[in-house]
Amino acid sequence: MKILLNNREEEFDKESFSINELLILKKLSFKMRIIKINGTLVQKDSYDNTYIKDSDNVQILYLMSGG
Amino acid sequence: MKFSEIKSHLAKFRVGIAGAGGLGSNCAVALARSGIGTLVISDFDLIVEANLNRQFYFADQIGMKKTLALKENIERTGSATRIIANQIELNPDNIPLIFSGCEVIVEAFDMADMKEMLIETVLIRMPGIPLIVGSGMAGWGKNEYIKCRKIDDQLFVCGDETTEVSEDLPPMAPRVGIVANMQANLVIEILMKK
Repeated sequence: MKILLNNREEEFDKESFSINELLILKKLSFKMRIIKINGTLVQKDSYDNTYIKDSDNVQILYLMSGG
Repeated sequence: MKFSEIKSHLAKFRVGIAGAGGLGSNCAVALARSGIGTLVISDFDLIVEANLNRQFYFADQIGMKKTLALKENIERTGSATRIIANQIELNPDNIPLIFSGCEVIVEAFDMADMKEMLIETVLIRMPGIPLIVGSGMAGWGKNEYIKCRKIDDQLFVCGDETTEVSEDLPPMAPRVGIVANMQANLVIEILMKK
């Protein structure tokens, strides 16, 4: 499947996977973040049971301390 | 469009600012100088000496409540903006009440966990209200990495999205001020389209 990850097209062998699988696959270990799929917020406790499908728009916003 | 016309348009709106530190104080001053009608500013902190390297306060205000000092400093600019100062710690229960009626909300916290809490609360409890987040402004230099990214119609981020504050990478006036003013600039852009 092809997805849009932070406005960049990415291709994967699998048909679908959970957000947690994406985070492991892409080695995205930084914990302070907001994830939206197709404009909808996905809360942390749903990372295991929310699935990403072909042509989904996945946006990850990292939150850095400082201000 | 003349500045007087811009100001009278912006005077119709209310903007929420969550936090009155480096981002919030500088963003509030820029918005007040531009003629925003009402600013709702929330922070529970008092001013300490370490704030003065980047926040819009003065040495003789150390020990004062940030929201009250900021109201005073904005009034001294001669701006007609109405300031609603809330000396309160924001949480998921009070955020929708405090910022009710705001057309745009600016996230201006220091700590990442507070940023996350505010974003989740606004996205879930205040759907459709644009939220402008600041993320990544530690240290100095690297002008070319500071940018603004539209995630969707409700969520925007200003900053480099990578540098985190640490002992060797402190928050400093130039980069914090750039991001605070980018946030203010985006607030105006959103409101000028209304």
